[in-house]
Amino acid sequence: MIAIVDYNCGNIGSVKKMIEKSGGKAIITNHLEDINKAEKIILPGVGAFDTGMTNIKDFNLLESLNENILVKKKPILGICLGMQLMTLKSEEGKLNGLSWINAEVKKFPAGADIKVPKIGWDYITIQKDNPLFNNYQENPRFYFVHSYFVESQDETIITARSKYHHIDYTSAFNKDNIYGVQFHPEKSHKFGMQLLKNFLAI
Amino acid sequence: MMLPRVIPVLLLKGNGVYKTEKFKNPKYIGDPINAVKIFNEKEVDEIIILDIDATANKQINYKLIEDLAGECFMPMSYGGGITSIEEIKKIISIGVEKVSINSAALNNLEIIKNASLQFGSSTIIVSVDIKKNLFGKYEIYNANKIKIKDNLIDYCKKIEAYGAGEILINNVDKDGTMTGYDFNILKTITENVNIPVIACGGAGKLEDFKHAIEYSKCSAVAAGSMFVFHGKHRAVLINYPSQNELKNLFEH
Repeated sequence: MIAIVDYNCGNIGSVKKMIEKSGGKAIITNHLEDINKAEKIILPGVGAFDTGMTNIKDFNLLESLNENILVKKKPILGICLGMQLMTLKSEEGKLNGLSWINAEVKKFPAGADIKVPKIGWDYITIQKDNPLFNNYQENPRFYFVHSYFVESQDETIITARSKYHHIDYTSAFNKDNIYGVQFHPEKSHKFGMQLLKNFLAI
Repeated sequence: MMLPRVIPVLLLKGNGVYKTEKFKNPKYIGDPINAVKIFNEKEVDEIIILDIDATANKQINYKLIEDLAGECFMPMSYGGGITSIEEIKKIISIGVEKVSINSAALNNLEIIKNASLQFGSSTIIVSVDIKKNLFGKYEIYNANKIKIKDNLIDYCKKIEAYGAGEILINNVDKDGTMTGYDFNILKTITENVNIPVIACGGAGKLEDFKHAIEYSKCSAVAAGSMFVFHGKHRAVLINYPSQNELKNLFEH
């Protein structure tokens, strides 16, 4: 069973639907016992960084997440804001992130030429073999929607990069049991389904 | 390279999909669930569903929206009859990625500010219907007789300032005509805002998409008739270009 953490940030129904379509079982929850019982965890998310961190604390999830991820080493997949929250901090807010990953979140510089948010389907440049990118017959495309991007200080954790205009950023990372993707696999047709299947297989 | 998004727009009336011409004469196309299923199989980039009766009826058809979202393994936007934060929350919770707000924003842009703070800018589209007046100048069109103080460009700038993530420009004069977008007005709008603009109204061929992206600098293109009609007799046929066609179109 996968616990999809419901911390009041974004459209999580579609994550559950895609997990089920990929052959897995998922529960949308913010109850500690569900998260403690789950084999894997997904931290989804759309919205603002500080709202996300505040909600995680308000739902009393912080300690349980740290325990499950850092001590019990359960595999976790952060999606979009969920990925960004795993880092140290963001230019979007004042609060500290979950700080599992040595990276920071920055804002795309908006202008007439650089429309922000970045919205659309994009390819990723895979940096190294990673379980999440197994079994692709063709170069995968994913749906991105974001105004902020992850810049990782630690090159070794970067598993994929993407570009927006001149900015080259981290679109996927992995450190031990912690996985993050900037794009939305739950909204990326067969490419997203494969990625979630890969996460189920870890 | 990131390819521009090509987005089918489906108009709902009751429980059916319809296609209008210049916002009039709705023609029945078919069952929405079936239409969305076909678009999903064709792996469309994104889909926009607009309920054209919801504002007048003061009713949002949550059941149908939920069923449609359940068929979408790509992002779905919903617009029609949205007037409050609570309604947006409910729509998002049943599986919709983005909401499109039109009349409520004309009434009071505060809803855009509050919605984008709560749900993130990228969740909020403001949809603007435009129409030429007697002197050939584009104005904001609304069927609900809301008094509008701003001119079109000032309004678009305000939409951005209030935090919306995208602007959907729907051209009433071009709707259903398949004669090409009005590329110049789109260009003027994109030059004045820093958020993505989606072109809608008039697309009749693939080259219209390319021109709206390259000349008008739109970030995405939307179309209705082109994706539901086939041939000069406008027979109903759900269709969408293949990834290869789109790649060839935008990369050459």
